[in-house]
Amino acid sequence: MTQASASTKSPQSTGKPSDGLSDDTLRKWLYDMQLIREFETRTMQAYQQAKIGGFCHIYSGQEACAVGTINSVNQDDPVVLAYRDHGHALARGMHPRACMAEMYGKLEGCAKGKGGSMHMFDKPNWLFGGHGIVGAQTPLGAGLAFAARYEWEVLGKGKKKVALCYLGDGAIDQGAFHEALNLASLFSIPVIYIIENNGYSMGTAIHRHTANHENLISRGQSYGIKSIEIDGFDIVDVYDQFKPLADECRDLQRPGFVDLKTYRYMGHSMSDPQKYRTKDEVDTWKEKDSIAALASRLMTAKSDGGRECLSEDDWKAMRSEIAEIVRDAVQFAENGTDPDVGAELYSDVYIHPVPNLSPMGDYIHGDKNPLL
Amino acid sequence: MTTLTAPTPPGATRHDHPALPGGYAVPDFDKPLPPREGDREIQYREALREAMSEEMRRDERVFLIGEEVAEYNGAYKVSQGMLDEFGAKRIIDSPISENGFAGMSIGAAMYGLRPIVEFMSWSFSFVAADAILNNAPKMLYMSGGQWGCPIVFRGNDGAGGQLASTHSWCVEGLYANVPGLKIAIPSNPYDAKGLLKTAILDPDPVFFLESERMLGDKAHVPEEEYYIPFGKARLVREGGDCTIISWGRPVNFAAEACERLAADGIECDLLDMRTIRPLDMDAVVESIKKTNRIVIVDQSWPFGGVASEVISQITEQAFDWLDAPPVRVNTADVPTPYAKGLESAYLPNPDRIYDAVKQCTA
Repeated sequence: MTQASASTKSPQSTGKPSDGLSDDTLRKWLYDMQLIREFETRTMQAYQQAKIGGFCHIYSGQEACAVGTINSVNQDDPVVLAYRDHGHALARGMHPRACMAEMYGKLEGCAKGKGGSMHMFDKPNWLFGGHGIVGAQTPLGAGLAFAARYEWEVLGKGKKKVALCYLGDGAIDQGAFHEALNLASLFSIPVIYIIENNGYSMGTAIHRHTANHENLISRGQSYGIKSIEIDGFDIVDVYDQFKPLADECRDLQRPGFVDLKTYRYMGHSMSDPQKYRTKDEVDTWKEKDSIAALASRLMTAKSDGGRECLSEDDWKAMRSEIAEIVRDAVQFAENGTDPDVGAELYSDVYIHPVPNLSPMGDYIHGDKNPLL
Repeated sequence: MTTLTAPTPPGATRHDHPALPGGYAVPDFDKPLPPREGDREIQYREALREAMSEEMRRDERVFLIGEEVAEYNGAYKVSQGMLDEFGAKRIIDSPISENGFAGMSIGAAMYGLRPIVEFMSWSFSFVAADAILNNAPKMLYMSGGQWGCPIVFRGNDGAGGQLASTHSWCVEGLYANVPGLKIAIPSNPYDAKGLLKTAILDPDPVFFLESERMLGDKAHVPEEEYYIPFGKARLVREGGDCTIISWGRPVNFAAEACERLAADGIECDLLDMRTIRPLDMDAVVESIKKTNRIVIVDQSWPFGGVASEVISQITEQAFDWLDAPPVRVNTADVPTPYAKGLESAYLPNPDRIYDAVKQCTA
């Protein structure tokens, strides 16, 4: 952060959760969103230079979704993701170095280079992974919430939690998702399914991939789950609507469902030529850009309804600081260690390896994960 | 979950791993197992129930979930009475939704609970294939050692009840291919209890393969707690003419064949492998060095199956000790038929094992 402010309250009280947000908090959110944007820009460059391999899904455009929702829950609430996961990992607190090093396939990465772009895991930040199969994380999200509830209800330990399970609109067509919704409601599990609805299931537009697409919340409602629609471009609005839902799901130990409307600026993955949409369409959405909108709100005078807690210079300095942090992350990844084949290929397969599990030899324990 | 420490059974030691807060217990496998002989005869299904109940009494993190496990008292009565003892929060009826409840249980295991997931039949596990094959065995590796998956999937495996193709799967032929999981397959009530208790303590995902055809089998099962180590075959019968190895239900067919072969003057080593991953090749090779001949009895299909794997490893480790080509007895290489006579011919049976040993020792 560039500058602290004496002002901690919003200028007008409108009875919204965001009224209680300090200027520092809002500047931190702007910082986090810009960090994701800058990180993804450098990720694309590294991918184009073939420093990053495999599939790589860029989050640019959707930043307000991750930052707004993750900041509505506690640090020890479990979070599980799909494969477009760099943004959430950073928003959750993963160090950009660990995230970038993972994509570079380095030992210093969050999964020691064994997971790659689609598998961002961060145990200290209660992040249970990005998951590569569309919809596969939805039963896992129910299980995390089930366990959290079991922990305080059956074991008498811990506290009420709420789990967040993110998915794209493409995943709502999967059977696993519907089974997970049914179980979540049936067993009264505190998990919120956040559909980051960017309008495309890979290259297939929403009206071509799912029935009744104008009314996605009916999916959740049909299972008796409280379901709401949120405009995912205005982070303050995301917070104002999502925070009460998260609090309610935690308190009542019930599931929730959110159709979080957003848009991705880049292709489905780095190998997507985007023949299915026009540049005009993309540009139209960019006019709503969540980062520009929040920066503007923070710079606008209080008399005009803004926060007036960020100057042009502050914003410029913040971006410079972030650019430096991301440059450092790339440099860190560049200088990272290639996993040693002898130590890492056959490690982390079993927690308790015993002889004769494989005809190829014995499994071992490798280096301790750098995040632990 | 950060608040819980793994309870340790008497004699067990607690091990630590960064992926499992509270660590995990490893039984004292050097302790001799209790005698197999005795007069406490209970059914295979009761032995399974005893294993689960003993572990659930010690460790509140353990719960059982599956179709009809609670109020129905178990589709096959394995969990009979457990709802009364442990309550509905720990004995959980699931909808017919394998992908959902298997995946949910994997999430719960990652968090730190110890789920036992009952598949009414392993044939139904295929609709949960992504969860049990893509998530459970790979989580530790994909996360670089951050999240483990201590879970037991258990249920009926194999044909024999005239259930035809879709309900008669022997999944070991497919699932043994996947690294990251362990597979146990007991052939009798004594092993069912001792192996299931080991499975529940094990910190890795365990696929536990039972058999609906054996649930009513009775044998002495000690009342005391005991843990059978994974990867240690049992020498069921000793003989110098040929080695027979098997796992699960066909071990009993092989024992029957051994009686008839003995009457013909052919004495066999019979090894019950008890677990497939790990696979006790040391015991197999040791026996081959004595008999120089081997017959492998495998109740799954032949192509790329467990018997094929065993033969591969034998050629790698004991080629020079063989006096005859290994012979395998698999199920017929066709979908499982319904008609009684066809199904019987499809399965490994004492006649086919007898013939295979004759061929191998000719």
